[in-house]
Formats: sequence, structure tokens, C-alpha cells
Amino acid sequence: MTNTAQKRMVQFRIYRYDPDQDAKPYMQDISVELESTERKLLDAIVKLKVQDDSISFRRSCREGVCGSDAMNINGKNGLACLTEIDTLKQPIVLRPLPGLPVIRDLIVDMTQFFKQYHSIKPYLINHDHPPERERLQSPEEREELNGLYECILCACCSTACPSFWWNPDKFVGPAGLLAAYRFIADTRDQATNERLDNLEDPYRLFRCHTIMNCVDACPKGLNPTKAIGKIKEIMVRRMV
Amino acid sequence: MTIPIRKFDAIIVGAGGAGLRAAIQLSEAGLKTAVLTKVFPTRSHTVAAQGGVAASLGNSEEDHWHWHMYDTVKGSDWLGDQDAIEFMCREANEVVVELEHYGMPFDRLDNGRIYQRPFGGHMSNFGEKPVRRSCAAADRTGHAMLHAMYQRNIKVNTQFFVEWMALDLIRDAEGEVLGVTAMDMETGEVAMFHAKATIFATGGAGRIYYSSTNAFINTGDGLGMAARAGIPLEDMEFWQFHPTGVAGAGVLITEGVRGEGGILRNSSGERFMERYAPNAKDLASRDVVSRAMVTEINEGRGCGPERDFVLLDITHLDPKTIMQRLPGIREIAIQFAGVDCIKDPIPVVPTCHYQMGGIPTNYLGQVVMPTSSGSQTNAPVPGFYAAGECACASVHGANRLGTNSLLDLLVFGKSAGASAVEYLKQAPRAHKPLPQEAIDRSLARLDRLNTQKDGASVHESRLAMQRAMQNHCGVFRFSDKLKQGVERIVDIERQIAATEIQDKSQVFNTARLEALELDNMIEVAKATMVSAEARKESRGAHVRDDAIDSAERPNGRDDKNWLKHSLWFKDGNGNRLEYKPVVMSPLTVETIELKTRAY
Repeated sequence: MTNTAQKRMVQFRIYRYDPDQDAKPYMQDISVELESTERKLLDAIVKLKVQDDSISFRRSCREGVCGSDAMNINGKNGLACLTEIDTLKQPIVLRPLPGLPVIRDLIVDMTQFFKQYHSIKPYLINHDHPPERERLQSPEEREELNGLYECILCACCSTACPSFWWNPDKFVGPAGLLAAYRFIADTRDQATNERLDNLEDPYRLFRCHTIMNCVDACPKGLNPTKAIGKIKEIMVRRMV
Repeated sequence: MTIPIRKFDAIIVGAGGAGLRAAIQLSEAGLKTAVLTKVFPTRSHTVAAQGGVAASLGNSEEDHWHWHMYDTVKGSDWLGDQDAIEFMCREANEVVVELEHYGMPFDRLDNGRIYQRPFGGHMSNFGEKPVRRSCAAADRTGHAMLHAMYQRNIKVNTQFFVEWMALDLIRDAEGEVLGVTAMDMETGEVAMFHAKATIFATGGAGRIYYSSTNAFINTGDGLGMAARAGIPLEDMEFWQFHPTGVAGAGVLITEGVRGEGGILRNSSGERFMERYAPNAKDLASRDVVSRAMVTEINEGRGCGPERDFVLLDITHLDPKTIMQRLPGIREIAIQFAGVDCIKDPIPVVPTCHYQMGGIPTNYLGQVVMPTSSGSQTNAPVPGFYAAGECACASVHGANRLGTNSLLDLLVFGKSAGASAVEYLKQAPRAHKPLPQEAIDRSLARLDRLNTQKDGASVHESRLAMQRAMQNHCGVFRFSDKLKQGVERIVDIERQIAATEIQDKSQVFNTARLEALELDNMIEVAKATMVSAEARKESRGAHVRDDAIDSAERPNGRDDKNWLKHSLWFKDGNGNRLEYKPVVMSPLTVETIELKTRAY
């Protein structure tokens, strides 16, 4: 194994806020000794929690598929479980995802994020009576969904997007729009027009100014900006 | 202190595959349903399943549910109930097609049908040769499935209580289940969820072991709650060690890798599975492959400086196949093993993966237990259902086949939901009154955590439990180690009864949450160790040193004395074991007769 990291001390500055106890948020300086096998940021945070059990964060699968442990790491959004500690400058500064209300420490209230996701009707719409067997789809048609369906709803993208910060209630945001295009691109879905109508508004889609922070932030290597571009393209084609 | 009561027709605890599938059934029937989940639904551990879901669609070659049934019975080492296994294999095509209709992005064949790949233990024509039965969305099948089912639930307007931790099962003096107590993690508020039907879909408890492919959240909450309420746990000695966890990290590498042609090699590069399973080779059942790997390592043929892992090699595959069929595996190998599997083999070790046992149910998803008079062994507990990994139907018996877990949660999530719908239709009536003491146990647990002084650390006691499970109850089991293990777990249980946390906040207190989870884990650990110590034979994933291998007891399997399910009861602070017969009669076909298991 290409494991070169040795036993080492790692310094952290962590955003702390417990509305039950603290008048206002503060930054906590804390350090932890890591074994050579502890390579990911999540390993370190879990170990920090052994020292101070009040440090609060979400985590589950620890392999980058559940989307729980998104946070702002040295100024950039990412998943703690996929981030190599040794690539980070110390002290490692951890903050909650920006732009969403903080519940406690690194835990944000994601209500607005999911509300936008739900608003695009993220489910297959097909009015035909379901056939006895599977609906057919060619491998090429299925391939259109690659890069779209893999989203883990971690919110790294939407909370890195200035347009989402300014208008979280009106702009669907990159994650929601990626999902919208996932259904538009699906040959089994029959609601393309309805979906486009749903997005045709000065804010919902068109607040995307192709800043591309979302592409930078996505821990799964997805490209919401490209998907948004495709929706815009289809919309223009529909108008002419 | 007044505790709010929320009334529903039905509540579901858990929003992984089984919970979401059950919820679709209830919401579509128009029932007032609440789904409680300690994580947002798409964070549930179903999301991590990779290789596929079994169904004899026969899209690539001839297949039949009866062959699938045979493989599952054989895989279970004949401990699976044949009625439930027939039911699951027959229902498979329908639930997989439904899922496709929900929008699941399955991979496709050139003719537009669902892509299927081979998987361990799945054979054609009653065990002849590997068959393509696993329906897959690349190597992200669980993710695609969980999201498709969450999306379907949005469509049918299911009501979710997200980040609510269920605390205890509410059961009245007649033994009827009336809901759960639960805590809103964000505010610390405790409430009673009063329901006519309660479905547990709380997943497994793989985190009771030190090295596990499971997520942090897999703490056996439903099993702990059931055990504390007097419900037995079935066949808890049977734990699946997945052959290919990334060495050191524990992260899962799907068996689909071997389905696509991957090969296990020892230090001399030998394809050692040819010696252990001449027919199925690398695609033998998981228990067989895991034991072979541990034997290779124990006999000094492991790889690496410590000779403590073997290699999973796919360097001979076309990189295009890897990128198309196994893209997630490549990411995992780079992230957690530090190798690009296109060029280098992946270091792997058997890693705790799946709990075959659980809350006893029948194939309708009803929780069943012996009556106190002993007149009935499988009497339904009124108002109580369970599905998925937390339940034991029992379709996996002593060893589960890969891709049968996703099938299990679809089939039994649906049947538990459908049974609850039937029950609610047939017995329309007011909610039964809640017993006075319903809330007491939960409040006492929370109170203790608020006031405990000089107690044990949650981290230390959990680690002690995980190490004890790993050392005393692993891939190979030893009579003396199991005996010591039982004593060790009882010691640790005492520590866990007095865990102390520093964090006393009411707001999203994850330290408290971990302590509550540990209360559940220790019940599962105890049930496992005690049941394993007691079972004096080798069967499936339970293999012990003192089981005699003879003509009458092939591979140490003792059908004369041990062809039976274990039922572990939490009896106050002690344990009680009972046994019940295996259902050998399928629903419509002939019994699949006992025979020696070989691949």
C-alpha cells in the first residue's frame, strides 16, 4: 500500500456553537495525534470527539456515498471522509457549510436545500400504464444519466454557490438543477415540458451565472454547470 | 413532565431500503403514516450496496426462480426457511421491475433490458454453473435504488420525521405493539408515536465488530429495542464476513468485481480459490471464500510486510469494462487502498458485513415469537412487523448470498407494508390506550445519561465490545474463546450500563446519541456471543474448531441436533436461549433436501 503518512500531531481550528450554551459562535483550537493508518479527515474528527465529546458533526458511511459529512474545510466545501489530512494546511480550519443556518457546530439546517430539491419533482413521471416487464432503454440512452444520477445530496455544491447564498428560497441551486436535468435526460420520463415550465422564471434556473463553484466543490466529480447549460439549451430550442 | 403523543395509523422506524419500500405500500394505500429515521433517508446504509439485486429475469441467459431458490437454500446451509425463500425468489422479478418503473437507472443490455452480472453462489440448473442474475446500476446499485425509492416516496407524499431517534418499543400487557418513544435529535424533545401498526426497518448492527464494512449508524437499534421489550432475536450467531473489505480501512469492494472477472491471489500470485471451490472458484459463497482467505493468511501465504491480506486482481480486465461497470470501485481503491486497480491489485481482507439473524418474522413480514404456553412457536405479535437486515424471515439462514440483501429489503419491505395495510383494513378501530409505563424506560435511560457520575467512556466501552466480538467470535470460532467471550461481554455490559457523557446539551447531542446506540449494540453483541457459544456445530458462517467433520456431519454440520433456529431472549439482565424448527416445506414446490454443501 502506498501509505507514507507517519504518526503525527495535527492542529485544528473548529467552529463551535451550541445555542443551548453559547451566546455566540467561537473557534476552538485543538490538536490530535494520529496513527499512520489514519489518513482521512473524518478519522481525525472522530478521534477529536473522543477528547471532547461535545464536538458535533454528522457522519455515516465514511466512504463518500451517504453525503453526511459535508463541511467547509480550509475554506473549501468537501466531504471529511474523502479528504486526505496530509494534503491540508494546518491548522485545519473546519466550519459548517456556508449559507445555511447552523444548528450546532458543524451541523447545518438543510431544510432549504431539500425544499429546492423537492421542488423540481425529483421522480420519474410517466403517464402510461406500467408494462409487465421493464421499460426498455438502450445503453446509449442510459449513458445520458451518467454524471447525473450519482449525486449524493451532500450540498457541497449549492452551499458553494453565491447565487444560492443570495436567493436560497428562489434559486433551485446546482444540486436541484442537476436532479432536474437527470429526469429531463431520462428517456422514460414524459414530463419534460412540465419540468421546463417549472424552471422558466427569472430565479429558479436563470440565477446560475456559471461561476462554476459547484463543479469545484463536488466531491463526486459531477458537473452541475454543464447540466444547467443543457437545460438552458433545451429551453431555448423549445422557444424557437 | 407531559410527553406529547403523536397518533398515526402506522409508523415505520428506519428509512433505508426496507423502510422506504414499506412506506410506498402504506402511503399508496392512503394511510396516515410516519417514517422515523435518525439520518436523512438517502444517508441510510442501503446507499452503500454496490453489486446488484438478484432476480431471475433471464435477460442474458436462461434462468428460473426455482434455481435461485435452490441456490439460496444451499447458500443458507439449509438453515433458511424454505417457505420464505420460495416467496422471495418468486417475488423477485416483480419487485425489481417495479423499481425500474420508479425510475431506477439500471444498466442496460443492447436490447434495452436490465443488465445482469454473475455473483457468488448464484448458479443455473440447481448448482451447475454461474448465472447472470444480479441486476445492477454500475457498482452503485444501492445508491441508485435508495434514491429511486426516496424519490417515489416524495411522489406519494410520505411523511418523514428526519433525525428522530427511536428509543424504545411500546408494548402493552397483552404483548401488543403500540408504537415507539422517540427523540427529536435537533431539540432533544421526546415524544410517543402511537400507532396501530409498527414496522421496524432499522438495519443491521455490523458496528458491534471492530472491523466492519458498515456505516457508523449500523448499531442495531431495532434489535436493542425489540430485545428490551421481550421479543427474541433469531440466529444471531450468523454474521457474514465479506471476503473483500479494503485491508486496514474496512470499506467494501463489491463481489461484482469477481462477477466481472476479478481473481483473488495469495503471496505467490496463485489463484487459490481453485483449491477450495474447484467449480465456482472466486464466485463461491461468501463464507467459503472468506474462510479460504483466512486459511491462506494463517498458513503464511498472505501478502504485504505483515502477510495479513490477499490481493484482488482485475488488472487483466479491459480498462473500459472497469470504467463502465466498476467506476465506484476504482474510486474506492484509489481513496482507501491507495492503488489504481486498473494497474495494481487491491489488498483485501474478510470484513464483518451482514447480520443474517434478527427479529423473527414470517414471510408476510409479521414479527413472530413462541407463545408463553409453548403451544405455538411462530405466533404473530399483534401490530408489529419487521423487514430488511433487522429482520430474520429467515431467508439467509447461516449465510447470505450476495445481491439477496437488496432483494430481501424490497420483497419483505413490500410484504410487511402490505400486511400492515391488510391488518389496518380488517381491524378498523381506535388506538389502544398506551400503558402508563410506556415512556418510563426511555426517560430513565435519558435521565441516567444526564446524571451519571464516574462512569465509563462510551468510546472505551464500545471499543472493548468491538474487540471482544472480533477476537472471540470471528471468521473461525473456538470453543474456549467463545466461553471467554461470553464472560467478557457480560463484563462490558456492566460498563455500558454506566456510560458517562460530558455533553449535556439538548441540541443535536451526538454524544448522547452514541451512548443510546451503544445500549442497543450491546444487546446484539450479547445475543451473538451467547448464541454462538451454544451452537455446537459448524454451519454456514458459524464454523467452530470442535465441530466433528464426519460422513454423518459433513463439514461439521450436525443436522440431527442443530437443524434449528436459535432464539435469544433478554431475560432481565440475563439470557435465555430457545430453539425452533427450520421450515423445510416450501409454499408450492418440493422440499430442497439436505445435502453436503460444496461449490
